[in-house]
Amino acid sequence: MDPMAAIRETFFVECEEQLGELERGLVALENGTAEADTINAVFRAVHSIKGGGGIFALEDLVRFAHVFETSLDGLRSGTIEVDSAATAIMLRAADVLADLVRAARDGSGHDHGRVASASAELAALTGAATAQAPAPVDDLDDIVFERVQLDTTPTPAPATPAPLPEARRTWVIRFTPRAEMYAHANEPGLILRELARLGTIDVRLDADALPALDALDPEGAYFSWTIHIETECDRAQIRQAFEWVEDHCALDIDEATDPSAPPATDTDEGLRALLARISQEAAEAPAAAPPAGAPIPAPPALPSASASPVAVTDKRAEQATTIRVDLQRIDRLANLVGELVINEAMLTQHLTAAGLARAAGLANTMESLSQLTREIQHSVMAIRAQPVRSVFQRMPRLVREVAAMTGKTVRLICEGEETEIDKTVIERLSDPLTHMIRNAIDHGLETAQTRIEHGKPAEGTVRLSAIHRSGKIVIEVSDDGAGLDRARIRAKAVEKGLIAADAPLTDDETDNLIFMPGFSTAATLSDISGRGVGLDVVKQSIHSLGGRISIASQPGRGSTFTLSLPLTLAVLDGMVVSVAGHVLVVPLGPIVETLRPAPGQTHRLGAQSRVMALRGGYIPIVDTGVLLGFRGQDETPEQVVALLVEGENGDRIILEVDELQGQRQIVIKSLEANYGAVDGISAATVMGDGRVALIVDVDALIAASRAEIPAAGRSPTPRHEPETLLTR
Amino acid sequence: MTTKTILTVDDSRTMRDMLRISLEHAGFVVLQAEDGVHGLEVLAGAVPDVVITDINMPRMDGFGFIEAMRRDQAHRSTPILVLTTESDTDKKARARQAGATGWIVKPFDPVKLVHAVRRVSA
Repeated sequence: MDPMAAIRETFFVECEEQLGELERGLVALENGTAEADTINAVFRAVHSIKGGGGIFALEDLVRFAHVFETSLDGLRSGTIEVDSAATAIMLRAADVLADLVRAARDGSGHDHGRVASASAELAALTGAATAQAPAPVDDLDDIVFERVQLDTTPTPAPATPAPLPEARRTWVIRFTPRAEMYAHANEPGLILRELARLGTIDVRLDADALPALDALDPEGAYFSWTIHIETECDRAQIRQAFEWVEDHCALDIDEATDPSAPPATDTDEGLRALLARISQEAAEAPAAAPPAGAPIPAPPALPSASASPVAVTDKRAEQATTIRVDLQRIDRLANLVGELVINEAMLTQHLTAAGLARAAGLANTMESLSQLTREIQHSVMAIRAQPVRSVFQRMPRLVREVAAMTGKTVRLICEGEETEIDKTVIERLSDPLTHMIRNAIDHGLETAQTRIEHGKPAEGTVRLSAIHRSGKIVIEVSDDGAGLDRARIRAKAVEKGLIAADAPLTDDETDNLIFMPGFSTAATLSDISGRGVGLDVVKQSIHSLGGRISIASQPGRGSTFTLSLPLTLAVLDGMVVSVAGHVLVVPLGPIVETLRPAPGQTHRLGAQSRVMALRGGYIPIVDTGVLLGFRGQDETPEQVVALLVEGENGDRIILEVDELQGQRQIVIKSLEANYGAVDGISAATVMGDGRVALIVDVDALIAASRAEIPAAGRSPTPRHEPETLLTR
Repeated sequence: MTTKTILTVDDSRTMRDMLRISLEHAGFVVLQAEDGVHGLEVLAGAVPDVVITDINMPRMDGFGFIEAMRRDQAHRSTPILVLTTESDTDKKARARQAGATGWIVKPFDPVKLVHAVRRVSA
């Protein structure tokens, strides 16, 4: 990758971190939980974004960051008081800054009005603090952008910006360094070299002030130089060569009264040769060998042999607690570990087949091998894991926006931000969480007025939490609002034809109706939680991550959305089944229950279709073997096992398989990457005996069955019935 | 000609990357530290030819770092360049007072950076 593009990428990654830091700091200031360094950290965050933005000439971003930084500086120095009004303005400014960063990253436009009003707010804040401070607009003039000159004339522009190319003039420079100049590590030789770049120079050393050796202070300054320079440059350009030492030397620059006057004649040969070398080097390569400058009483530089390199290495190792790794490398590692797991299983199987599984020594070795393999697998998964903080930290802003739009006062409490989950899962969590939080504020929380009437605090609370629970991550979004209006949900579901008017539903089942496609409780769809999509979309995206979502509600007390997600997408919990001699894996997620149909429980419906009577409803039956083309219509065996599965959209069918082989964790192998896409199959895995097992795509099977079987009842089915063999 | 070693001290990763890539491209060996404290730790085991430091950093800022370097016998004569913005005349003065050799005005490009380094290294 082009190095600048790589730096740019780093910049935007870093911006996101700094924005997170900024928001955390401002929220801490608002809550009064700030620590001593919080204001500095907040200031640095904005300062860094400004600095990086400068590299890439992101002018709007730099301009706004500068205004912001000025206000934060006021906050830091105490001229602006840290009160709720100030932090509110800062938080809004942080949001605008985030928008500008993203606009710059994506090359998209941004809301100029919002930027202007946030700038004005900040300027007012700064202005109020320092009444006579210059108008903020003046501040902006301080920023200097280096622009690339675009030459529009047909002829090339002159290489040097000299106003009059012909006007070569001779200047006389008298340069007398003081001791401080050496103490600041500036060397006259290098300054002379810099001068030599500007033109032809002639240098005379005046060493008259040099005392006898016994009186010499090794760090003193005793030399001065007289330099004749013939150049096209003007005084300011010459002065530039001395800009770092101006305060630490006596410097006179005059135009030579007699340009034709011969340069100093008493320069000795050695110095002349030296200067020739300096000029030559300056012309050739600025970083060539040292010009072995004039006798400079440089401060003694002691060799640092005293320092112990070993101890230092240790210290630095402690510093490096994190490293950045390309995600592709980790994915490759994860893949290799997947292969290792499969190989280990194959090895075990071969040993068993050869009757060696119990052979002395081998059993123990295999045991520790499989333990090691599992540990490696977990460690690799842990590398991909990231704290959910990165998603959670976007939510306070969302809550502020939605609260402002609905006119409600809302407090967001985040818990378990350190909980780790696979990076891919995290990336796809943002939208569902956004939707649920909007929903909680818009539909869940009551207005302040209503809350007070019901004896609740005027401020509503939304709680967002993450926790690990038995190999899954559970995320909850809860509010202390009014809870779901079950009567209305039921009426709506009946009206939409989603359930029968007399369907017996528990409270839980009623609540979960809101996830059904086409369901929307709000009479008028507000643009806040609505945005044209319902909670069924949220459910779908959670399902596609192999997760589940449910809602629990208590009237008057609030509702809780519960998401349960797998820790990783690379490994799948699956049910291994056999169908017509083939081994298949059905993901455990969509399986509602497995059962063995009783005689008389299945009914024919027309020539080819069959349904199963299940708790007062009828569910279409699909012979997996037939659907996948393993066998013909009439070859379904007598004894089958039925899997009741539910698709992402809530449709349920029965998948018939010949046998259950058990539940297993399997490593997912892409079929598209290794073979090609197959209808009804989502991926594959390799079993312990080396056979490839296909992983069925339940949703595709449901869709395929729809094409053949007319839709039957799809009422939500209560669980815990006697014929259940296994429930999740 | 021996290869010059440059130590850069900056808390911004973007800036560190920018410095490292620009300087390595110009043939320098680059050491990096994330703040003043880290910078001094690196200096305990290395003798860079030039040090480039930012001002605003956590734990120890650029002024503190420069002052500490100038007190250290091993590094008091090492050239130090400060990264600063044009508007910060006050910061330039403070940096110089602390012992800085020169400064590099942000935003800078690789050419400007390398030129500044060569102005202080033989």
